[in-house]
Amino acid sequence: MSANVGIVIVSHSPDVAKGAADMVRQMVGDDVPLAWCGGAPGGGLGTSVEAIMSAIDSAWSDAGVAILVDLGGAETNSEMAIEMLPDDRRDRVVICNAPVVEGAVMAGTEASAGSSLEHVRRTAEELRAA
Amino acid sequence: MSQTAQSTVVIEHEVGLHARPSVKLTQLAKSFAAKIEIATRPDGPWIDAKSIVKVMGSKTPKGALLHVRAQGDDAEAAVRSIVALVERDFEAAI
Repeated sequence: MSANVGIVIVSHSPDVAKGAADMVRQMVGDDVPLAWCGGAPGGGLGTSVEAIMSAIDSAWSDAGVAILVDLGGAETNSEMAIEMLPDDRRDRVVICNAPVVEGAVMAGTEASAGSSLEHVRRTAEELRAA
Repeated sequence: MSQTAQSTVVIEHEVGLHARPSVKLTQLAKSFAAKIEIATRPDGPWIDAKSIVKVMGSKTPKGALLHVRAQGDDAEAAVRSIVALVERDFEAAI
């Protein structure tokens, strides 16, 4: 398991989520646990709590996981997914208030250097002020 | 022993210090303990080379002079490594 913070990308569109994840992989490299999910369970645009939970699981790191979301439901479903995590994991997952693509690359870059979860979140959110 | 080091290099990369080069520079900078700053003018403003948001936000174009300075125990190695990264056009070290 990587010691670096993991990144999860949640979009209403599986294409957007996968594309953002591809950018992180190609720009940042392989040192960061990374997972994405997108699309409604029955197909079409949407997000699913179950898919988010499984993405968190596959990007899991003991250093924590930073989630990047796109619109409304992606955030509320991510919050719900975090609430449903086991007690010992819940406090190590944060949702970044940042644009999904740019935020994922910034957070991934920060994570690849071994930074803490809080530092990773701050770097993604620094975008809003930049 | 704390050192200070400074150097200047020309950005030859086709798109300048944009997304991918910025990520590489930041990742390399973060591998050193020294405080590392870059600037496009010798009188600044100097920005933190370990901040991906600031480095990417600098939008340093192709042909620009990049000034690199560092302070700390590994400052000389840090500046040397960053200059080398820019000189090899941000490709991985061989």
